[in-house]
Amino acid sequence: MIYLDNAATSFPKPKESILFMNTFIQDIGGNPGRSGHTLSVDAARIIFETREKLTGFINGEDSERLIFTQNGTESLNLAILGLLKEKNHVITTSLEHNSVMRPLTFLQKEKHIDISIIQCSPDGKIDIQKIKNSIQKNTKAVIINHGSNVIGIVQPIKEIKGIIGDIPIIVDACQTIGSTSIDIQRDNIDILCFSCHKSLYGIQGLGAIYLRNGIELTPLKFGGTGSKSESVEHPEFMPDKYECGTPNTPGIASLLGGLTFIEKTGYNNILKKKMSLIKIFLNRISEIDGIIFYGNPENENSIPVMSINIKNKLPSEVGYELNKKEIYVRVGLHCSPAAHQTIGTFPEGTVRIAPGYFTTEDDIDIFIEALKDIARK
Amino acid sequence: MQENKNIYYLLFHTIHDVLKTEKLLKAHGCNFELVPVPRNLSSDCGSCIKLKGNIEDVLEQANKIEIDRCFLFDGKSYTTLIAPSGHIS
Repeated sequence: MIYLDNAATSFPKPKESILFMNTFIQDIGGNPGRSGHTLSVDAARIIFETREKLTGFINGEDSERLIFTQNGTESLNLAILGLLKEKNHVITTSLEHNSVMRPLTFLQKEKHIDISIIQCSPDGKIDIQKIKNSIQKNTKAVIINHGSNVIGIVQPIKEIKGIIGDIPIIVDACQTIGSTSIDIQRDNIDILCFSCHKSLYGIQGLGAIYLRNGIELTPLKFGGTGSKSESVEHPEFMPDKYECGTPNTPGIASLLGGLTFIEKTGYNNILKKKMSLIKIFLNRISEIDGIIFYGNPENENSIPVMSINIKNKLPSEVGYELNKKEIYVRVGLHCSPAAHQTIGTFPEGTVRIAPGYFTTEDDIDIFIEALKDIARK
Repeated sequence: MQENKNIYYLLFHTIHDVLKTEKLLKAHGCNFELVPVPRNLSSDCGSCIKLKGNIEDVLEQANKIEIDRCFLFDGKSYTTLIAPSGHIS
């Protein structure tokens, strides 16, 4: 079996992720922050430690401003629905995932917001000047897909923030976190949204959002927090303002394991390994008859996500043939119709290749041979 | 020198702040423990910090953390040192 769908979720997970999660479920298991007993406090300690470690990983200023969510989509929904008000204007790009486009379209209908979509080039580049030229008096946010989940290009967040000044930037870092350097303070990011089950190696069902000081959102959810229990009003203090109900503590424990794995292995070693696999693939790409590569293979500023097609074959056919060979890729539109329109692959989509840290060089060789075989048929 | 027998209860808005303070106090070797919030002090269902010794040291360590309330227990009764307004008596 060869798993090349790490852009959807990383698999396998490091043993640390599983161990930390199992330890929580087997030995701790309490509901964090809800009682004064040892198991509840120990569960809360796991969340606290993970929050501190993850805040350090992105160089955030204060761990109480890091909020756990169900996934990257919930983080983006919180950012978009929580920030934008009636008749606001927002700027975004033609590479966005539906987790951005759908809440924006909802607000367009319900709150009459105005959306400027900056058209990117077919290889995914953004003309930053176009963003500047689109700013209006009522522009409330600029939303940028940091790393494309279709072609892997990484956008220059710091430069974009530099050009938009005080307008908050919302960064969709679902694909980039753990795969390229992200630094809240260096890059001047106002709102960072990401999933924790891809290159951070937590289990599925966990995301996070970091809110820079001064950013206040309308919460998506209200309920029990274990704090101010005497009041029926939801607390205003962080992180409880945006977190309520029983959290995904097993998932957070697995994330702590994932972050421990990253620390032990070395973040740069993980990156080096993943990018070396991409290079091996790109070096042999010309061996495959009729292959079409999307994006710019020479682009150094990218994450390990690539899209291809084989001439005269539908991506679904290629995916089916690969699946028969126990090679797992994701084909189609990848929940990003706008991105596929940008690169010219709508509505059929592409075959997406996303190797991970546990992918081997042999896996890539076998994959190349499989593609050659499918192309010949 | 007479031993300081005062006991202080530090209450916070969130379990996050309780654990942040725990981390700081541990690092500075303070004499404390995490206990359930006494029901006569608050209706909160979580934990607070019970501290023996010099409160000034702790307040200095925890100066970046917002303490919701602080009580002094002299063995018989509780005195409010920090009210919910954040005012230090």
